[in-house]
Amino acid sequence: MIFVAIGGFFGAIARFWIGQRFNTSSFPFGTLFVNIIGAFLLGILIESGVEGDWMLFCGTGFLGAFTTFSTWMLEARKMEVGKAIFYVIITCGAGFFGAWLGL
Amino acid sequence: MNVYLLVGIGGFIGAMLRYGISVMTEMWWYGSFPAATLFANYAGCFLLPYVSCKMGSFVPTNVQKAITSGIIGSFTTFSAFSVETIALFESGKIAVGLLYLSLSITGGLLFVRLGEGRGNSK
Repeated sequence: MIFVAIGGFFGAIARFWIGQRFNTSSFPFGTLFVNIIGAFLLGILIESGVEGDWMLFCGTGFLGAFTTFSTWMLEARKMEVGKAIFYVIITCGAGFFGAWLGL
Repeated sequence: MNVYLLVGIGGFIGAMLRYGISVMTEMWWYGSFPAATLFANYAGCFLLPYVSCKMGSFVPTNVQKAITSGIIGSFTTFSAFSVETIALFESGKIAVGLLYLSLSITGGLLFVRLGEGRGNSK
């Protein structure tokens, strides 16, 4: 449990920092970036056979907190429809491709 | 307190809550469908706009960020969602994968709307 929590501590800070720097008023590049990279890295982590406390720390904790679903959905909700569809598709497309590459 | 530290503490709590849900779900759910992630993502989608509306201006900005970006942002996850979807596809469970994908996105958008609506109403 504590490994997940400590991983979450650092994952949230990393995501927040990237969001502050790269989420512009026109497009949330920061959220897009963390979600794609996080999906890719989690795929690699699982494929490399990391288990136990390291998996809880890096995977469930850090990468779980580094990526976000709620912010992504709320950002899409606030966009105009065409842009929101593009945002959802590009995040899923690139994120799934990343996870597939990693796995 | 430093906003990064506050967001980190939020992440500490949010990740722990998500893990707690996945451990509890494993006690009664044996199917291949990733119910724990879906539940956490739905709950977070509702709570993010809801809590943002309810906090209004009387909660300090740093604390608001710790709760929204920190706790709720870390509670929900995209990485597990992607990997679980691809794992379902790769194991040949195409229909379950498509169901998970479509439920996550349509439900996520729906819960964000619901949270907004409930948050704005008195």
